[in-house]
Amino acid sequence: MSEHTLRRTRLLVVATAVLFIAAACGKSSTTSSSGGTASTGAGSIKPIKVALVAPSATNDLAFTQSMFDALKRLKSKYNLDIAVSDNKFVVDDAANAIRTYATQGYSLVIAHGSQFGGTVQQLAPQFPKVSFAWGTAGDTFGQSNVFAYQAASDQGGYVEGVMGAALSKSHVIGIVGPIEVGDAKLYVDGFKAGAKATDPSIDLRVNYTGSFSDVGLASEAARSFIAAKADVMTGTAQMVVGAIGVAKTSNVAWFGTQSNQTSLAPNVVVASQVYHWEVALTQIFDSIRKGTLGGQQYTIDLKNGGEALEYNPAYSLPSDVKAKADAAVQGIKDGSITTGVSG
Amino acid sequence: MSRFLTITILTATVASGIRLATPFLLASLGETMGQRSGVLNLGVDGIMLLGAFGAYYTALHTHDLWLAVLVGILIGVVMGLITAVISVTLKAEQGISGIGVYLFGLGMSDLLFQKLVGTPVPISSLPTLKIPLVGTIPGLGKMFFQANLLVYVAFLLVPVLAFVLNRTTYGTNIKAVGENPAAADSLGVNVARIRYSTVILGSGLAGLGGAALAIQLGIFQSNLTQGAGFIAVALVYFGAWRPLGVMGGSLLYGMVAATVLTWKTLGIIPQSASDLAAMAPAVLTVVALVVVASRFRQPAALAKPYQRGG
Repeated sequence: MSEHTLRRTRLLVVATAVLFIAAACGKSSTTSSSGGTASTGAGSIKPIKVALVAPSATNDLAFTQSMFDALKRLKSKYNLDIAVSDNKFVVDDAANAIRTYATQGYSLVIAHGSQFGGTVQQLAPQFPKVSFAWGTAGDTFGQSNVFAYQAASDQGGYVEGVMGAALSKSHVIGIVGPIEVGDAKLYVDGFKAGAKATDPSIDLRVNYTGSFSDVGLASEAARSFIAAKADVMTGTAQMVVGAIGVAKTSNVAWFGTQSNQTSLAPNVVVASQVYHWEVALTQIFDSIRKGTLGGQQYTIDLKNGGEALEYNPAYSLPSDVKAKADAAVQGIKDGSITTGVSG
Repeated sequence: MSRFLTITILTATVASGIRLATPFLLASLGETMGQRSGVLNLGVDGIMLLGAFGAYYTALHTHDLWLAVLVGILIGVVMGLITAVISVTLKAEQGISGIGVYLFGLGMSDLLFQKLVGTPVPISSLPTLKIPLVGTIPGLGKMFFQANLLVYVAFLLVPVLAFVLNRTTYGTNIKAVGENPAAADSLGVNVARIRYSTVILGSGLAGLGGAALAIQLGIFQSNLTQGAGFIAVALVYFGAWRPLGVMGGSLLYGMVAATVLTWKTLGIIPQSASDLAAMAPAVLTVVALVVVASRFRQPAALAKPYQRGG
């Protein structure tokens, strides 16, 4: 091959490679527009352009999926035009996406990750006509165009802890978490509180792997629990799919959170605390329609229906354990039971 | 600490360390072969991801785990061919082209996963194989001789590749090309052919490493490898470009990771130090790498494209 031809071929290959890379990298900025400008339902409902920027995949069966599913559930009601940028764990990448959506005139930009707070605080004043929603957190930074939302995940965690302790025959429970912060910490602490309330002698093994996404570490953490005789496990964040796999093969009961995880292990998933962010989103969308762009904070919990326990019908849950769980849910709702956990 | 020093816990920890080490070992053995011939491939992680997805998807639809492993290897081979064309024939800057391959693998594996699978669906794992006689030794049996077949394959490849490198003409040619391609060329060694073969072999092993990871975990998720391919490249330096050294590095990384996990489970590492402890495997590996790297030198022609007469 002559030097000239080699040079041209090289240029062609590099150009093709750049195109491939651009295509491959572009996949994380999926724009799943829906609703468009056409009206749905009765009358002409002005569409709301909403963008979701999230740290993990929309199909992670955990944190991001819970918000994405909520948006899908509200799509018709509010004629939503939804755009998604997922897998934006790196704050700089997320900041870029948030800014881009704000520039493009989206009515609401949801920064779904507590690590994005600084970005929201910085960008909100620059786009006063755009509404930002940030979670899980309770701080609106005093900005009139920032909503904050969070989940009282300790509540569902408490109920699952009650069930876990009641189910465990070895009196050892394994809990795998990502990093001891935010929603993950709330859930784990709530679970621990519920378990201890049921059985003060229960041995709770907690392992924060240090990663939200390392499936391998979660898998090995689960194995270490089983080696320590755990017969009930739970965990939070998208990496738990690794732990659930181990629970499935080891026939160890699993309690899920954020999304319904039954499909991953129908033989061992007892129940999942499922987030219904639409409880908060409904109020946010209604506020935006009335011209209030922020300044409010919303918490989803068991009482307002933002959190719900979804049981796996294929799991034979003893009736007395179910009764304990129902009593715990009722107690939390009427205030007679408090988890003792603060965010 | 006494709770850690029990047979049950120690056995489980060592077995866990070996499992964690396996994907790193496969990928780093492959990268060793490529680097010994003078080709640096920083796209290992991307190739692992593509191999992992290919294996996962195959297993999901055919329920044939061995076919899934084969697909993972083949994907690695194809990516190796592409990498070799870019690095050897087109003589592109290997560091940059490797990163390009990595980004392609990262994005394409996730794109395919999102479009073809969507919500993660578990697959079955390879069964545990108990080696007769030795597998029944109390403690040691469970540590070393009760694992899935891919674990045994990974560790058996160490002496095989060491033999190839040190006792065969092919291995001599690989080393010659990696040290002084011009001299090797003058002696009739086809430099391009050797480099193609090692890069394709190395990428095939990276694909196998990805397949092993996906099958071991029984699931696929975006960025499943979490940068394991880059750790594998570092382990090649740690192992001084020798299969046995690379095995040592992989085991060090795997064992430290497994020990940290176990200590956290047992409460030996308090939760306040949990994040710090999570860094331990990487930190220890880097420290060991610095110590080792000062005593060995890399192949003289590493990352240098060869042009006859150039």
